[in-house]
Amino acid sequence: MADSFRISGAGRFSHAKTARFTFDDKPYSGIEGDTLASALLANGVHLVGRSFKYHRPRGILSAGAEEPNALVGIHRDAARKTPNVRATVQELYDGLTAVSQNRWPSLSFDVGAVNDVASPFFSAGFYYKTFMWPKAAWKSLYEPKIREAAGLGVSPDQPDPDHYSARFAHCEVLVLGGGAAGLAAALAAAESGVRVILVDEQAELGGALRFESAARIEGQDGWTWAQGIAARLKAMPNVRVLTRTTAFGYYAQNFVGLTERVTDHLSSPGMDQPRERLWQVRARRVVLATGAIERHMVFADNDRPGIMLASAARTYLNHYGVAVGRNVGVYTANDSAYAAALDLKKAGVNVAAIVDLRDNPSGDLIDQTRAAGIEIHGGRAVVSVGGKLRISSMTVQPRTGGKNQRTIPVDALLMSAGWTPSVHLFSQSRGKVAFNEQVKRFLPGTYAQDCISIGGCNGTDELSTCMDEAYAAGLKAAKDAGGKTAKAAKPKVEADEVWSRGMLGAAPGAEAGTTVKAFVDFQNDVTAKDIRQAVHEGMRSIEHVKRFTTNGMATDQGKTSNMHGLAIAADELSRAIPEVGLTTFRAPYTPVTFGSIVGHARGSLFDPTRRTAMHDWAERNGAAFEDVGQWKRAWYFPRAGEDMHAAVNRECVTVRKTAGLFDASTLGKIEVVGPDAAAFMELLYTNPWQKLDPGRCRYGLMLREDGFIYDDGVVGRLAADRFHVTTTTGGAARVMNHMEDYLQTEFPHLKVWLTSTSEQWAVIAVQGPKSRDIIAPLVEGIDISDAAMPHMSVREGKICGVPTRLFRMSFSGERGFEVNVPADYGETVWEALWAEGQKHGACAYGTEAMHILRAEKGYIIVGQDTDGTVTVNDAGIDWAIGRKKTDFVGIRGMKRPDLVAPGRKQLVGLKTKDPKVVLEEGAQIVADPNQPVPMTMIGHVTSSYWSENCGRSIALALVAGGRDRMGETLHVPMPDRTIEVEVTGTVFFDEKGEHLNG
Amino acid sequence: MLLIRCPYCEEERPELEFRNAGEAHVARPADIAAISDEDFEAFFFIRSNPKGIIYERWRHIHGCARFFNAVRDTVSDKFVMTYKAGEPKPKKLPGVAK
Amino acid sequence: MKKYSVFAIAREAMRGHKGWEAQWRSPEPKKEYDVIIVGAGGHGLGTAYYLAKEHGITNIAVLEKGWLGGGNTGRNTTIIRSNYLYDESAGIYDHALKLWDGLSQDLNYNVMYSPRGVMMLAHNIHDVQVFKRHIHANRLNGVDNEWLTPEQAKAYCPPLNIAAHARYPVMGAALQRRGGTARHDAVAWGYARAASARGVDIIQNCEVTGIKRAANGAVTGVETSKGFIGAKKVGVVASGHSSVLMNMAGVRMPLESYPLQALVSEPVKPVVPCVVMSNTVHAYISQSDKGELVIGAGTDQYISYSQTGGLHILEHTLDAICEMFPIFTRMKMLRSWGGIVDVTPDRSPILAKTPVKGLYVNCGWGTGGFKATPGSADVFAHTIARDEPHKINAPFTLERFRTGRLIDEAAAAAVAH
Repeated sequence: MADSFRISGAGRFSHAKTARFTFDDKPYSGIEGDTLASALLANGVHLVGRSFKYHRPRGILSAGAEEPNALVGIHRDAARKTPNVRATVQELYDGLTAVSQNRWPSLSFDVGAVNDVASPFFSAGFYYKTFMWPKAAWKSLYEPKIREAAGLGVSPDQPDPDHYSARFAHCEVLVLGGGAAGLAAALAAAESGVRVILVDEQAELGGALRFESAARIEGQDGWTWAQGIAARLKAMPNVRVLTRTTAFGYYAQNFVGLTERVTDHLSSPGMDQPRERLWQVRARRVVLATGAIERHMVFADNDRPGIMLASAARTYLNHYGVAVGRNVGVYTANDSAYAAALDLKKAGVNVAAIVDLRDNPSGDLIDQTRAAGIEIHGGRAVVSVGGKLRISSMTVQPRTGGKNQRTIPVDALLMSAGWTPSVHLFSQSRGKVAFNEQVKRFLPGTYAQDCISIGGCNGTDELSTCMDEAYAAGLKAAKDAGGKTAKAAKPKVEADEVWSRGMLGAAPGAEAGTTVKAFVDFQNDVTAKDIRQAVHEGMRSIEHVKRFTTNGMATDQGKTSNMHGLAIAADELSRAIPEVGLTTFRAPYTPVTFGSIVGHARGSLFDPTRRTAMHDWAERNGAAFEDVGQWKRAWYFPRAGEDMHAAVNRECVTVRKTAGLFDASTLGKIEVVGPDAAAFMELLYTNPWQKLDPGRCRYGLMLREDGFIYDDGVVGRLAADRFHVTTTTGGAARVMNHMEDYLQTEFPHLKVWLTSTSEQWAVIAVQGPKSRDIIAPLVEGIDISDAAMPHMSVREGKICGVPTRLFRMSFSGERGFEVNVPADYGETVWEALWAEGQKHGACAYGTEAMHILRAEKGYIIVGQDTDGTVTVNDAGIDWAIGRKKTDFVGIRGMKRPDLVAPGRKQLVGLKTKDPKVVLEEGAQIVADPNQPVPMTMIGHVTSSYWSENCGRSIALALVAGGRDRMGETLHVPMPDRTIEVEVTGTVFFDEKGEHLNG
Repeated sequence: MLLIRCPYCEEERPELEFRNAGEAHVARPADIAAISDEDFEAFFFIRSNPKGIIYERWRHIHGCARFFNAVRDTVSDKFVMTYKAGEPKPKKLPGVAK
Repeated sequence: MKKYSVFAIAREAMRGHKGWEAQWRSPEPKKEYDVIIVGAGGHGLGTAYYLAKEHGITNIAVLEKGWLGGGNTGRNTTIIRSNYLYDESAGIYDHALKLWDGLSQDLNYNVMYSPRGVMMLAHNIHDVQVFKRHIHANRLNGVDNEWLTPEQAKAYCPPLNIAAHARYPVMGAALQRRGGTARHDAVAWGYARAASARGVDIIQNCEVTGIKRAANGAVTGVETSKGFIGAKKVGVVASGHSSVLMNMAGVRMPLESYPLQALVSEPVKPVVPCVVMSNTVHAYISQSDKGELVIGAGTDQYISYSQTGGLHILEHTLDAICEMFPIFTRMKMLRSWGGIVDVTPDRSPILAKTPVKGLYVNCGWGTGGFKATPGSADVFAHTIARDEPHKINAPFTLERFRTGRLIDEAAAAAVAH
């Protein structure tokens, strides 16, 4: 391209391949190795975005993760649109498509910029003071308009086709940051033989050596040295180097979250590659080498495109070979910007002038700059700039004021107010920062975890000091974590760069009393004036200032703005900076993709799916399934032409007429074994167990200590010292935990062993008058006659040649068996039973029919007819309490005053006056349907079905004083009508229980 | 994610293997059926919920499945020590100032 | 108090916003007050406001150990709804909802109450049964709550995934249209400004270190980091720290304090038009006026006052969010944080007199206290002023843990079969 700002001979990618890309549909070309930002700058493009509130044109501020302005959308394809991507971080690839955000109709002409003109009305917190009249307009008018205007990019609108991966890792030393300090620390630790993980957010290790052209280490320039060390580390078997990886969160006990960007820089990622990978690392020692971030100067209109951090301009030049302008100015309160000016000058870029707030800047660097022929204006400030979509000039005047102004044409302005140590991760580790009054920085103070800060993030400015500190820290971390003494010697620094201190807060021209827009937080359009207004309005804590102005709350989380904001607030309050406080640093350090955190846990892997041994059979036979916890349970088995209603009716009738097969495998099963098994059962269940004969079963009822019903199930005693306990499907795990808790901690003297056998047994319920005929040909070694094996008994033997625990029991009210077989044989035994069943006209039935059949008999389901507030008496099953028992879990809780008070809700049956009307489960019951709202509700419907066997609807309900209301008419008010019901007993079918024996 | 030392397995394992089981050393009264409503309330509902050192129960549910006790600082979330169920409440805590 | 209005803004715009007065005074504490409120969150500041406005008691100090609104008020996901099952809960939350409706005008502070609808998703038959029970109970209690089919749910919230092949498909939803969100900071600041204007002293950075009682047991005042401050009535409204404070008066509480985390995404243009909650997959989400997706996570399993939590908790939450909204995996988490929630055994609050004369407590809101702020503050003010509970908070006693008369919303949604 003709007007390319690429400088031949500069940068580290001069021989790289061309990469074509578009920005707002306009084609450009860059080179591989570029970031989107460096490629745009190489094409002379500075205007890349619009600000959040005022829609002001914005350029590229930085060359890194701290970027507040240059946010774009990256659109790989229709389903891979990523909003709010920092152009300074996005690596260029051939075919990249970028679009600008938060502007309409175009980036250079944005209607929203009217907000800038009207900005006096949009002062900090203005929205708290208006939009209140008329009241209804907030919802209908103001809020929708505010929402439309807010937001930056656009959310993706299609499911993401990319996948994300996750790994856990352990190491002795985790080094966060791969600049000079991090490299030296990692090297020292690695040489001692311990496992080291070195993490850096950039594509290559080296950190600030990317731009520090003057640094020389071990006879090489800094960057070359870094690449050599990086190669050495990568070759070591005990070292893992993760680049393009951000340490985003520091959690308890040295647990650090990392996110690795695997494919965002690739033109055509492989199908098998994850887009990102989450690393969760547990480290014995953590070395924080996260560096420092340069601050901007806070002056009028400091947000014009073309104004950027000095270190960024230097990075673009030294690393990418791109000049950010042809005639640049510098505005600084700090030495390091001089190095940028020198580098640019050497590369042939004109440096119009350096404006330095300090009266008499001095030192080697300043002398060199002067010697290079660059004008230095000491004791002066930039008070305004020219240009709209790009800076065209800067106006300079003495910092103390006066009329002595001078306007200097520039096409870029580099600024530096000094460096802020990146204490983010240290602070996240719950370490306490301390304010160093001398250097005006918050630095690591009190450590809370086994970590150490080195280099820039520790406030260490000189490279040689950094290196000493880093090497020693690496050695110590490795030693503390069990390493040996290192073999290699400490790298020697021969030439250094120094980042001396700068300034905090507003520069001259933007001080208190001025009305200029001197931005502190670029993205959120927070100016120095806004911060002062917040203080003026009583916001004295920095947290209040932050929240009132939104300073530091944009996507960059205040990396460049927090310290300025704090200094301005402190100044306005006439208090010291530490008294005003520092806002808490919170994870993530930079924004982390949801997908990265979610990893594989999507779709079917979101939660495990539990399937029974007979699941495939049910699926082949057309079952509809329902989710019950993690289980898939066969709900009903529709035949051709049947809807759910017809299928369920048929299943219910068939079971009572002939027989049905039901998969009951999901019930929880616990083996309670040991000499004290019966004593243990006595304590955990309300029922008596000591006298239950081996071979017999009993309905068991379990309470919580507070006296409410917790679980139930049939329990078979297989031997004096062995019980086969069943639980509800949902209760399996918690009942096991509940039992273990009491056994291990309250009743440890009992000799009992508990084993969960839920997954070991497949359970086939064969219910109905023909049930015995169906199982008979297949059972071996068990006399299943009524005399030998009455209702509620259990036998061990064989079925189809495999071991079985055969229960004679019924949840349908019909003669019934539950065949327990090892799960591996579940499907085979089911097939055999099914074949036998077919001879008798039996059906397979699902959970819906099971629910209806048991409701016809008034059997409760814990969790449906009870809800955690229901007592034994409420449920009408007092008979399940062993009256002579002196202790069981819940014995005291159930006697508390309110649990024995009159008027409690009790379980009853309901019959609708119109038998065809089926009540809705959850419907509320009232005595007087004509009372006004709010009505007094006296109960609710817990179970309700159409019963084909009864030829009418049936329902169970909890009703206040229900058992005293037998025969009473109550009312169920529905939105469209009120349904009359009669209170009845809970048994609707075969009240005498004759069917249990066929 | 906390790192918890199971006193039975004698090693530190990640929190995902454990389940917290509430305050420790709240014994179920031996004569529970006979205690007053107030005593039942104190036993079952009232908790010390300390800001600072807590004695709490954990279960190594996805490991050895044992319940055990831990001493932890609820402000820093740091564990002082763990010990087996049934052992008395430690009188001296290593590294904790009185 | 100078009134806020569009005209006031226009006036200030002309003079560089120099005429705004401090929103609240920052006085030094007096020696004695009629009432001391401990905790300057929304509930505490609101209590002071209603004491002054409704009961004519203005000699009040609100003591705050940090900065006002810095606890759970400033850390929650701002969901407002009242579609609770039990009469007692529906009573207090709907009282709050009615106050939310006019709160901006009442306080002359835009709290941005936005009734954009709260939609709770049902993912299995048990959920359907439980939600229908709520809907029927709410209707007869005069609380709006309606049932939506999956298609209606998607129409109300277009990005929602209702695919039948989802791991936990959406089987329907309960929608409370009056439910929504509000701007949390504005609630604290609005109450602070209005209370301060009525003479209430808000004392920040003033930590209560002891509660003093006379020989007869009655409260006489509090020891603080700024010295002793006398008062015959002290209301403790300290959320996660309620146990710690009540212990100072010798009252042991049925409370446990857990970390609760939340997060926001980077801001994007409007995409989620309402609040969506799912108990089964454990997530809730809304979008702020600023464009951030606001996402609530679950509590960690252990007691902690650290205001931090584990990454795996956020992981689980984002799993659920991306399961409900598969379009969001490319969105980015911008900021996460933690609060300390005090949880009672029945998950319902305690808003009551205590065994100590002159000591009142408002606590135990668990993960859902923000929504109750105005209602809770109003009836707590009544309780302090009259030394007896309002009929709305009368059931929320401390004694219920002795009698067993719990208000257990969570148990009512029991895990099934």
